[in-house]
Amino acid sequence: MKLIGMLLLVFGGVIAVTAIALLRQPVQQYCFVFAGIALEFLGLTLVARDYAQTQRNAG
Amino acid sequence: MSFVLCLLCILLVPFAAAGLTLMHQGLGRSRSAAHTMVSTLCVLAVTSLAFVIVGFSLAGVNGGATHLIGHGSTAWDWAGAEPLFARGVRFDGSTGGLLLCFQMFAAGLAAIIPLSTGSDRWRLAPACASTGLLAAITFPLFAHWVWNGGWLSHLGLNFGLGAGFLDAGGSGTIQVIGGFTALSIAWILGPRRGKFHEDGMAAAIPGHNIVLVLFGCLLALVGWIALNSAAAMLFYGAGIVLVPKILLNTVLAASASCLATVLTTRLRYGKPDASLIANGWVAGLVAGSAGCVFLSPAAAIATGAVAGAGVMYLVELLELKLHIDDPGGAISVHAGAGLWGLLAAGFFSSISSLPRSGQIMAQIVGIAALLGFMLPLIHGLNLLINRFATQRVDADGDRQGMDVRELGAGAYPEFVVHGDEFLPR
Repeated sequence: MKLIGMLLLVFGGVIAVTAIALLRQPVQQYCFVFAGIALEFLGLTLVARDYAQTQRNAG
Repeated sequence: MSFVLCLLCILLVPFAAAGLTLMHQGLGRSRSAAHTMVSTLCVLAVTSLAFVIVGFSLAGVNGGATHLIGHGSTAWDWAGAEPLFARGVRFDGSTGGLLLCFQMFAAGLAAIIPLSTGSDRWRLAPACASTGLLAAITFPLFAHWVWNGGWLSHLGLNFGLGAGFLDAGGSGTIQVIGGFTALSIAWILGPRRGKFHEDGMAAAIPGHNIVLVLFGCLLALVGWIALNSAAAMLFYGAGIVLVPKILLNTVLAASASCLATVLTTRLRYGKPDASLIANGWVAGLVAGSAGCVFLSPAAAIATGAVAGAGVMYLVELLELKLHIDDPGGAISVHAGAGLWGLLAAGFFSSISSLPRSGQIMAQIVGIAALLGFMLPLIHGLNLLINRFATQRVDADGDRQGMDVRELGAGAYPEFVVHGDEFLPR
């Protein structure tokens, strides 16, 4: 889950950056940039939850 | 730009590092106090060497040699390509020497942030290795993107997003980079022995000297005013007339944040909490840095107030929900407030004739770059170090404290008797 979380962080960043490079319409840019940010927060949540679960299991 | 004033400000930047160090030392336990101070000195030494030898080459200078990735008519400037050992810098009254000295101190400031999180369990040698990578790779890379003509600073020019990514005082470049390194270190090291009970409840392990912590806050203010002023002059061409505005905004953001934390801790715990108030003060300094020269005084107050009110909740979230043991609250203060400061600079900055929506988008793209590129890079590099040299101290060190384990003697040998007071008997 940690690896998936990290990959989502990277993919989110790539989506946000390529959106401003490839898209010209502001609305499209905003949608993709926010989608990228949302993906990043999902990834961060996965990494953080994986760590918390590991700590709980370790007791 | 006034060369003499900028030099004077750069000379005062180490006060910010001194203030943060006192905070880290005071918020940690007495049995690791000397180790924290020694680690800070070693980390600053490693930073200076690594940044001058390698880092400045990657950070580059605006208008200097760079690595480019071509895309259509716009090239993406992603890294500097100056000579190693800062051989391209001329000390002849031009800004090159100032840029080198300022960024060396800025890297040092970023590098001491994770020491707070790793307090009481982070070995000295891996801490120095981690710092070396921060000063040679991660900090210079992002500093180039934002301060030295990199792709984030040209978002306005190339894609019409406001004035490009704004980060005058280093909320992102210094604080978030340091905060993300602290987060990575917390994930790798795990909590201190006795921090979390078997039922998952967190034990409060109080700092050993709150007077040092609060004195550190005052010392940090001096350094922060100098840091923000020097950065605004060097990277955004702020003239001498804007220095009073930067000073005012820095103080107002810290003040509003401090009072917001006093209020929120008073409401939540019944009494104001001294260590959280110290964190609130620094959170205000951190959040106010990004827009220190672009914000109105009222906006600086709003930025600081939100940072101060939020820091307590973020500390609770990290500790109670996510089981992250961060003794000094560095992740909440530097990464959390830093990200908010970057966003606030987009919402509140007063750059006339540019649409605000574009500026907000530029700030969000910068935050996306921090989360999507810098955090994985930082964590990957720290995991790599951990593979070759275990970053956490062994079980004996956990029990004895870092002073005895790594230095052979404690900071207060005549006055303190240590026990495993946070372990269930």
